[in-house]
Amino acid sequence: MSEWDFSFLLRRYHVILDGLYGTLALAAVTLAVSLLLGIIAGMGRTSRSATLRAAATCYVEFFRNIPALVQVFWFFYVFPILTGIQENPFISAATALSFYSGAFFAEIYRSGIQSIERSQWDAGKALGFGYFRTMRYVVLPPAIKRMIPALTNQSIEVVKLTTVASTIAYHELLYQGQLLSQTEFRPLESYTVVAAILIGILVLLSYGSTRLERRLARSE
Amino acid sequence: MDEVLRIENLHKRFGDLEVLKGINLSVEKGETVVILGASGSGKSTLLRCLNFLEIPTEGRIHLEGREIGAIRPGFNGKPRIVYREAELAKLRAKVGMVFQQFNLFPHMTAEQNVMIAPMKIRGKSSAEARDLAIRNLEKVDLVDKAKEYPSRLSGGQQQRVAIARALAMEPTVMLFDEATSALDPELVGEVLLTIRKLSEEGMTMLVVTHELGFAYNVAHHVVFLHDGLIHEDGPPDQVLRQPCKARTREFLKGHLLFQLPNSPL
Repeated sequence: MSEWDFSFLLRRYHVILDGLYGTLALAAVTLAVSLLLGIIAGMGRTSRSATLRAAATCYVEFFRNIPALVQVFWFFYVFPILTGIQENPFISAATALSFYSGAFFAEIYRSGIQSIERSQWDAGKALGFGYFRTMRYVVLPPAIKRMIPALTNQSIEVVKLTTVASTIAYHELLYQGQLLSQTEFRPLESYTVVAAILIGILVLLSYGSTRLERRLARSE
Repeated sequence: MDEVLRIENLHKRFGDLEVLKGINLSVEKGETVVILGASGSGKSTLLRCLNFLEIPTEGRIHLEGREIGAIRPGFNGKPRIVYREAELAKLRAKVGMVFQQFNLFPHMTAEQNVMIAPMKIRGKSSAEARDLAIRNLEKVDLVDKAKEYPSRLSGGQQQRVAIARALAMEPTVMLFDEATSALDPELVGEVLLTIRKLSEEGMTMLVVTHELGFAYNVAHHVVFLHDGLIHEDGPPDQVLRQPCKARTREFLKGHLLFQLPNSPL
């Protein structure tokens, strides 16, 4: 049995802080981009145009079915060979994870949009709204309310997925944890701290989403 | 009199099913036209074609003297009519529609339901739109419910908010699609009174309903639809009390099967 001893963290807390910053930065950018990609692809999936539907379906089926790790490797190792452009690990990871999660978000948006009754579309159109304004003012607000639990789930997944970027030497929590563990010879404490911080971030995220859900539920 | 709406040879097919088989109708300014007919006779489809929630398969629609859509040569030399989405959206903003299931926006208060279209389509400021909302909610006698969400309102109140919402766009014609069919009998009256008030104020309207008493008392013109065609039409007293056609008589008889012998009221 090994003894727990966190005292080295007092000396080297900045390693963990760097990791925390790296995780938060990657998670924030990935979430922002994939939520946007998701809504575009989700609208494509529900579009009346067969071309748009097919394009969105291709996107979803392609990126949803390739493991995130493979996509990260692909964008980091293959993309530069094809284009001659060497991206830094942050850009590669953010691109890969955004495409990957965007495909999952697209499905959440699709089911949310489809859960809104056709009669709401009729009402919006009858007032003179076109497709986009009906979507924006009539369909999306109640649809997003229904989507929040699923969106939260997927967002938690995105935050956890950022650890995959450690494999391409992006300095996020797991990578920094490994660094600590190897330089201080304390794997037990190093990885436990990484896990504890991730739990902390994600509990805050779920708390925020529950509050949002409750606030939105007050209308209606 | 001014003609507001003219419908010529209107057809609507859904696949193999032809729901409307050539409707011709002219509606004048300030006129209330009541459309009767059994379910499946095409009443709702007719209304939905008039604001292009359904695109007619064939035929022409003129609103205030302007034909909707542009005529283009078709494949077999037969001209066809093309409708642009932007033109239809503009048209719908001028044609108010009230639905059987009210279709209020559940995430907006009564007032916001009325305000949204004037703000986003007519570019009104929120202060102007609120004024407009209050004035129209007054018309349907619901100012005190302005801040309530639809889920807190009765069916009759919801339907009156829906009427206010349509009126706020200052429509040239109002379409009522079985506006009272989803309501408890007790609540039907308040909605019918609201519609009658609009009729008396000179609003041009097409009203699809099963309320024969309302048709008799409020309509200027009654249309009986059967099997996708206008089977019989005329002034209410003639169509409802001395119908010429057997099918109309049968329909009316079905509606008057059970009645109180002598109204106790």
